[in-house]
Amino acid sequence: MRRFSLIAVPYFWLLVLFLVPFIIVFKISLSDTALAIPPYTPTLDVSTGWEGIRNFFAQLDWENFTFLTTDDLYWKAYLSSFRIAAISTLLTLLIGYPIAYAMAQSPDEWRPTLMMLVILPFWTSFLIRVYSWMGILSNEGFLNQFLLWTGLISEPLQILNTNKAVYIGIIYTYLPFMILPIYSALEKLDASLLEAAEDLGCSRITAFWLVTIPLSKQGIIAGSFLVFIPALGEFVIPSLLGGSKTLMIGKVLWEEFFSNRDWPVASAVAVILLLILIIPIVLFQRNEQKQREAEGQ
Amino acid sequence: MAETVFAPWNDDSATPLIQFKNVTKRFGDFVAIDNLTQDIYAQEFFALLGPSGCGKTTMMRMLAGFETPTEGQILIAGQDMAGVPPNKRAVNMMFQSYALFPHLTVAENIAFGLKREGKPKPEIDARVDEMLRLTRLEKFGKRKPHQISGGQRQRVALARSLAKAPKLLLLDEPLGALDKKLRQETQFELMDIQEKTGTTFVIVTHDQEEAMTVASRVAVMDEGRIIQVSTPADIYERPNSVYVADFIGDVNIINGHATRAGDGYDIAYAEGAAKLHAKTSTDLGNEGKCALAIRPEKVSITAKKPAKSVNAVSGKIIDIAYLGNLSTYHVELEGGQMIKAQTANTRRLARRTFTWEDDVWLSWTDTAAIVLEG
Repeated sequence: MRRFSLIAVPYFWLLVLFLVPFIIVFKISLSDTALAIPPYTPTLDVSTGWEGIRNFFAQLDWENFTFLTTDDLYWKAYLSSFRIAAISTLLTLLIGYPIAYAMAQSPDEWRPTLMMLVILPFWTSFLIRVYSWMGILSNEGFLNQFLLWTGLISEPLQILNTNKAVYIGIIYTYLPFMILPIYSALEKLDASLLEAAEDLGCSRITAFWLVTIPLSKQGIIAGSFLVFIPALGEFVIPSLLGGSKTLMIGKVLWEEFFSNRDWPVASAVAVILLLILIIPIVLFQRNEQKQREAEGQ
Repeated sequence: MAETVFAPWNDDSATPLIQFKNVTKRFGDFVAIDNLTQDIYAQEFFALLGPSGCGKTTMMRMLAGFETPTEGQILIAGQDMAGVPPNKRAVNMMFQSYALFPHLTVAENIAFGLKREGKPKPEIDARVDEMLRLTRLEKFGKRKPHQISGGQRQRVALARSLAKAPKLLLLDEPLGALDKKLRQETQFELMDIQEKTGTTFVIVTHDQEEAMTVASRVAVMDEGRIIQVSTPADIYERPNSVYVADFIGDVNIINGHATRAGDGYDIAYAEGAAKLHAKTSTDLGNEGKCALAIRPEKVSITAKKPAKSVNAVSGKIIDIAYLGNLSTYHVELEGGQMIKAQTANTRRLARRTFTWEDDVWLSWTDTAAIVLEG
């Protein structure tokens, strides 16, 4: 009984903060749009009793989901989000791994400082940081001014409002999520394993490929999911840094809700996005589980 | 038929496999190895013994190529090792932590070095099987290191380091993580494998018993220097200094003043006490300060003064350490000097002859004690 009450708290928490909102969103996705407050129909009217509830359920349908398949905007947006998220995850890995590696190699007394520097950006609002990138990347921005000053370019580069800016924004924002799990895997790596590999005939580089990389695999996987999952549904970065051609599902979702005021379609988009995200989330959890088991030995 | 004793170090014509020539290694201001010169011969089981920080691990790491000497030369099979990286040396090392690759199975661990050589797969498989057999791990080839016991891991590490048939195998505290019983078994296994493979072993250890058991020669180190190199029996019976005598086994050290007498020295160690006599080849001149080292097991303990003994002193039993097979008596002499005497417990404990506070006589022969410079 005590055990039950103990787990009841987090379960109740999840129920209230996750399941109930999801059910509401799901219900809206099955409704029809309407010029009303709230802007959809039907709404549950309990005063009419049993008949009212039956009526309510009868009016729900999958129409919005079928609609998503008829307009190619949506699946293109999903696909484009997937591509942008995947490419930025890969780029974040390529940038984050060397940083994590350098941190793990640095002298002990330096590590807390380096760790601090990685976490430091979180102390400023995410939104402000993305806005400041607009200042850096715009045609009159710091980057272009600097490049013009050095004479490397004669015309300002168009970076802001393109996918390039979106990649930069995503990489910048999620880099710490990549660095930290990889760093924690590399930090645990026993240096004598690399010496053993060298002793057995590996050069430094082969030792890195055969020992360091496989032993930091869990960190790489964890970091990649931590970047990929939020990047897939990212809305702020594409809408502030991306251009009109940047197609991401988070942006589509926002537009359906606030510009189009079509809550049911927006909800359907959200439900599908959630279903897509569940796959990597489950994979991520399994990876974490495996890692815990391996460490438990 | 007399068996030839394996002692290449006494043979002037033998060429050493490893030569340290005036090797000095400094880490900043700290001198880890101090102008060390030492030869190690092929097929030796050479033990580096010393307290932690004495430089024994540094010596081994220089042989493996993980450290380079600050000064001096290291030659392996006549070749200067300066600038040769670890992966280009015919030397393999068994690490103290075993350093088994956790993501590979036992068989893959053993095959690791062979694969780097680019040997054909059937050859590698055959060699891995051979190694598994040698270390009695046939059943565990497919397991991961965390799925086997500590003793098995130790054997995997050994198999992996032997797989490439190195000229020289370095063992860094190989048995440190094993419990005593397993350690003793493994020591004999190590000797057996060393004999079978004919590989030269250099072992680093701080456990003197281990060094004595396995090694053909033991080097006792302190503060970056080798104090004495000799066979285990010599190190024990004829230590060249108080440090070595004290480091290896249990010993009584009596400081005193020596005067030449006959083929040895008479040693005065306390006011009013009869002088002790020891035969020795050590030359201290006509007289001088000295330290007398006597192993506890060479001291007899009796109730009455023995009639014939050259060295006999009386004292009182202060403490008795019961070790099961042996008992060590701590006897305080009249001058306050403590002497340990060890006897085998041939009788049951209840029938022990001596007990606390008993007045006893300790005696030893004139060859039992070693005269060292004080």
